[in-house]
Amino acid sequence: MKEKGFEEMLDELEEIVQTLEKEDLNLDESITKFEQGMKIAKDCNKKIEEAEKKITILLNENEDLKEENFSVDG
Amino acid sequence: MKIEPISVSELNRYIKDRVAEDEYLKSVFVRGEISNFKHHYTGHMYFTLKDENSLIKCIMFKSSTATLNFVPKDGMKVNVLGNVAVFERDGVYQIYCKAMQEDGVGDLYTKFKELKNKLEAEGLFNEEHKKKIPMMPKIIGVLTSNTGAVIRDIINVSTRRNPNCYIRLLPVPVQGTGAGEKIADAIKLMNEKKLADVLIVARGGGSLEDLWPFNEEVVARAIYDSEIPIISAVGHETDFTIADFVADLRAPTPSAAAELAVTDISDLEDRIYLYKNRLKLLLRKKVEIMRLRYEKCMASKVFTEPDYKIKEYYLTIDKLLKNMNILINSKMKDFKIKMVQATTRLDTISPLKTLARGYGILEKDDIIIKSVKQLKKDDNVKFRLVDGEVKAKII
Repeated sequence: MKEKGFEEMLDELEEIVQTLEKEDLNLDESITKFEQGMKIAKDCNKKIEEAEKKITILLNENEDLKEENFSVDG
Repeated sequence: MKIEPISVSELNRYIKDRVAEDEYLKSVFVRGEISNFKHHYTGHMYFTLKDENSLIKCIMFKSSTATLNFVPKDGMKVNVLGNVAVFERDGVYQIYCKAMQEDGVGDLYTKFKELKNKLEAEGLFNEEHKKKIPMMPKIIGVLTSNTGAVIRDIINVSTRRNPNCYIRLLPVPVQGTGAGEKIADAIKLMNEKKLADVLIVARGGGSLEDLWPFNEEVVARAIYDSEIPIISAVGHETDFTIADFVADLRAPTPSAAAELAVTDISDLEDRIYLYKNRLKLLLRKKVEIMRLRYEKCMASKVFTEPDYKIKEYYLTIDKLLKNMNILINSKMKDFKIKMVQATTRLDTISPLKTLARGYGILEKDDIIIKSVKQLKKDDNVKFRLVDGEVKAKII
């Protein structure tokens, strides 16, 4: 599921902004570009919020790997 | 004669002088292991140097300790340079050390250099092979000991920069024999099971001996072969291990490694926010331009007075009509004037008037005769009077 990497999305967003700035697009093109940009921005933010804090430790017990929560002082 | 006993001090002084005179003892270079090491608050160091079957006391004055490039500890094998002398008060001879270096450091260091050159020649340090660190790794793998400051710093820095980051610690020994293999295995495991998007291989400061696992070839090759980008943070800022040379990115400290691995979320969110604003601004500008052009069109007469064209035509027609009238009138006036002038002139020269006064017009062949020379006998002429014409013949 190689979905688009975060960095690629950011580059694309940057590119759209630049095109809107430099080229002289007609109104329809500008609107579609704008919508594209806003969608990517929304997706980026979603990716950030989606991430969920997890600090774990991998325990290697006789060849099978167990993952447990880990806290520094624990 | 009775033998007089000498005092202890005298004896010790005698021994001291004998020892002081000895050329060899003026400068000795001794190898041994440190034990019951004490770093006195005065800054002087007291310890004993031993080998399997004997030991000797040592002292290193504060001034000499400045030259040390390592922290002496019990159990350390060292080489000591100094002179042997007797400390009268205790009747003890000891080495007064001027310099000390880790023993075996010598060969460890050479081993390090040899391995570094070999791996470098093989291209394990090549820049092109180094992978880019992903900007937003989903999972950050950390290979270090699960106790101590390193993992704590990494977690603190990472969560500060991204409260929702996913850190997966795979504990490894970071010191001692066998640590190298375990570190290498851990790297392979992380790769096989794709347990992380970036790996931080880290340990705190220590002597060359302590850091040695990170100089081992097995670790170097594991790092080189790793598909997952690796950030190394081994020892102090000034320490460079072979792992640092092979890693995709070297961080001076574990915290710096965390900063390199975890993008600061607030910066990212700001950046996205700015993009959104620029987008909105640009679109608004574009729409504004379009609206202005639209309004300009709408403002034109074509729309505000749709029939203005017609009106214009009317106007032109009216104008033309007016002009025509004017022209006609003036032309008529002229004609009238001309006519009047003509008639008056006609009147003034009109023969009728003269006829009315009793004159007549004599014509011959329709030519008005003005002189008798124009006539000859028997000419037929016409004579016109006010009320008619008569014919006549010249006699």
